[in-house]
Amino acid sequence: MELIYEKSKPGRRAAVLPRRTVPAATIPSELRRSAPPRLAEVAEPDLVRHFTELSTRNFGIDTGFYPLGSCTMKHNPRANERAVEVPGFRDLHPHQDADAAQGALELMWRLQEILAEVTGLDAVSLQPAAGSQGELTGLLLMRAYFEDRGEHRSEVIIPDTAHGTNPASVTMAGLELVDVATDERGNVALDDLRAKVSEHTAGLMLTNPSTLGLFDEGIVAITDTIHEAGGLCYYDGANLNAVCGISRPGDMGFDVVHINLHKTFSQPHGGGGPGGGPIAVRGFLEPFLPIPAVTRDGDRFDLDAHRPLSIGKVRGFAGPFGVFIRSYAYIRRYGPRLREMSEAAVLNANYLLKHLREAYDVPYDRICMHEFVVSAQSLKRNHGITALDVAKRLMDYGFHPPTIYFPLVVAEALMIEPTETEAKETLDAFVQAMLAIAEEAREQPDQLHEAPRSQPVGRLDEVKAVREPVLRYLFEGHPRRE
Amino acid sequence: MTDASAEMGSSPVGAVPASFLALTSAEREEMLAAIGVSSVEELFADLPSAVVLERTLELDPPLSEVELSDHIETLASRNVHTGMELSFLGAGMYDHYVPAVVDAVLARGEFLTAYTPYQPEMSQGILQAIFEFQTAICELTGLDVANASGYDGATVAADACFMAKHATGRARVVVGQTVSPQVRQVIRTYARGFELEVIEAPIREGVLDPHEVGRLAVDAAAVIFQQPNFFGCLEPAPALAAAAASAGALPVAHVDLLSLGLLQAPGDYGCALAIGEGQGAGNRLSYGGPHYGFLAARQDLVRRMPGRIVGETVDVAGRRAYVLTLQTREQHIRREKATSNITTNQTLLALAGLVYLSWLGPAGLRELGELCAGLTELAKATLDVEPLFEQPTFKELAVRTARPALDVVRDARALGVNPGYPLGRDYEGMDDALLIALTERRSPEDIERLSAVLTEVGA
Repeated sequence: MELIYEKSKPGRRAAVLPRRTVPAATIPSELRRSAPPRLAEVAEPDLVRHFTELSTRNFGIDTGFYPLGSCTMKHNPRANERAVEVPGFRDLHPHQDADAAQGALELMWRLQEILAEVTGLDAVSLQPAAGSQGELTGLLLMRAYFEDRGEHRSEVIIPDTAHGTNPASVTMAGLELVDVATDERGNVALDDLRAKVSEHTAGLMLTNPSTLGLFDEGIVAITDTIHEAGGLCYYDGANLNAVCGISRPGDMGFDVVHINLHKTFSQPHGGGGPGGGPIAVRGFLEPFLPIPAVTRDGDRFDLDAHRPLSIGKVRGFAGPFGVFIRSYAYIRRYGPRLREMSEAAVLNANYLLKHLREAYDVPYDRICMHEFVVSAQSLKRNHGITALDVAKRLMDYGFHPPTIYFPLVVAEALMIEPTETEAKETLDAFVQAMLAIAEEAREQPDQLHEAPRSQPVGRLDEVKAVREPVLRYLFEGHPRRE
Repeated sequence: MTDASAEMGSSPVGAVPASFLALTSAEREEMLAAIGVSSVEELFADLPSAVVLERTLELDPPLSEVELSDHIETLASRNVHTGMELSFLGAGMYDHYVPAVVDAVLARGEFLTAYTPYQPEMSQGILQAIFEFQTAICELTGLDVANASGYDGATVAADACFMAKHATGRARVVVGQTVSPQVRQVIRTYARGFELEVIEAPIREGVLDPHEVGRLAVDAAAVIFQQPNFFGCLEPAPALAAAAASAGALPVAHVDLLSLGLLQAPGDYGCALAIGEGQGAGNRLSYGGPHYGFLAARQDLVRRMPGRIVGETVDVAGRRAYVLTLQTREQHIRREKATSNITTNQTLLALAGLVYLSWLGPAGLRELGELCAGLTELAKATLDVEPLFEQPTFKELAVRTARPALDVVRDARALGVNPGYPLGRDYEGMDDALLIALTERRSPEDIERLSAVLTEVGA
């Protein structure tokens, strides 16, 4: 398919601007641009067709089943998209006076209250733009807290099953990483944890349920161990979809939590973003939260930037407001019945796990939470078929593949998260496809090595992409390819 | 949390959440039997009893879609949006027109509801769009490479600091006080984590002084300036970039994409990095987000860049195809040694930016710039208030008011005109200064009305 720049013709355009009689701009000549940027030059019909064709070469949750582990690809209600388009929200300037933004501030305040209740914590900042920014915010806040107390604590303990964002955030916050091992049941290895804590421990970062889809059975001992050493506990909320209304991070002993609004609370992920990563904290950490705070005084809502101990701002304005609207709308549809969402997510995952164990290895043989990890290790050993082959072949059956090769502690990992919004027929069809692929691995393995064959392109030469990087269209100098 | 139900009337508890849950109760039983448990509770047997919530969440009752829609409308009606008053508010977020084609493309569920394109064969659409977006950003900024987006115009500035620190081995950055206050605040927050010292270059007649910046830039990793700056003034950007470079610091321009049809591209006057906020180019105001930040760099900095980058390659049959590339920079491979922790970015908003820029094209972009700059000239000639600074401008104008600007805003808003941003919110000694933004949506008649209202309220 051609790039939009390859469809350009000089003189074509889609935009017609209003005619206004105005004085000429007075731009000093040394600041003026000489050659125009080569943006696309297309008329509106071709502009619409170009992006429509691109969309047909993409797969979303609207297209079909998307069991991408750790990403919580659930249905995105269309009512939420309409809510964002209401002019009172869509066209509201972030510098508007608080008096003239009471509805927006009330929505944010209400969402904060909801997230405090769901996490079992006391205070919330909606500002972080994504989960990983929530992590950085939480770590900077932990650091500020200890600095305020005159304590020098620099080590953050993270299990080997953690998302890569956790250690990356630790580095960005100027702290040091300490790894802790996973035991044979998939829990944090308590002996190792006890050996790692010290007076240098600033805290622990933990995802619970873990990226193995397992609820840590030793969670109380884990958070107690950290607290006894004087550290704080950070909960990575990537897997919160498993436990809403069932178990709260605050009740597990966590002091700081981030919530991925684009996972648990249905902000559509848009091919990579936007997201939202609010953090919730215990009361004693509230003074360190980002500014501005959304406050309530009777019926009046306001933004308050006077927080002398605050870590500052992590993003412009008060946060990704459109994301707040969607997540608020989503939660209001469930209310106190949010628990049913998590129950259905866990039921669907266990149902898939039950059937897939017939043909795939199960590294940790337990009841799972909202997701689980199976392995293609036996298929690889016996038939030379890898997790990657299984993933690519799933496309030919019309499914988006699961997350593969993660977590790192499981060889040939396939991490599967069906979410609560899938029908039983869909789950059954996915099981049939996975079992059929395992059968193909035995009978006709080439079928799998050549997959996918149903997509606009086959497997890519990713090494070439790295060795000979072409990161933009180069016009006349662009490599000629089919 | 109970006042909403009073406001909404009684809510029928019952069928509501079923909208998103497909399982029937018979299927539920069948699935539990297949798993080998008798109840859903048994699936949570691994949870220690001490952490199990023994009560129902205290949240307002569930709403149907109808009730939700009414509730949302009620909340939104308490806001005064740009369609309800004649607004000259800008200061980083702008009321530019968003064409219908943007909404049409963003409504495509294949884009809207996709995750990050980890599986390229199934994601060629968004991958190609990101590649086209990177191309547009490179063309506008005059630089070699761009990433798939950052969170916003503030966090990309922090990203630039991180890159500069590692590229130069220096631990200070110089940031102009004429850079957006929010951008400076975010840099300071991140700088504590990076162990980076932040020095601010002072305002001289509304802009930065290249000689002064050159002196401050000794031993600095980067110099960050904004073009046009927060006051709408045009900085002596080529001289600032040269001063930074001769001190061995990376010159970093924070730019408005919509100015780059008229103004010289940062890469063409020696900048190593160009960053900025994309909101005005294709995104709605939406009370501050979500929008997209962009980051473009010279070729030699590509392996220090944060975030997703899409590259072109071929598939097994030799067909052209696109893929996330140079991933050894990223957290899922490199973990604590990554160039950033970013994963989720702002792809959908960047897609809106690409559609918008492709709608404008080079001629539309230039005309839009001429229009904004011309309206700003007209405002200078029409308004009976003194400009705060005697500098060339692009689409914003800082003026001195005869009364405190907060009072001017309050009184003018009572007459249906939001005259701009009171600069005293961020700058000491500017309580009588107002920043007026002029986009293509404002007309000469609107400027006449602003003028009349400012006179009426004694500004």
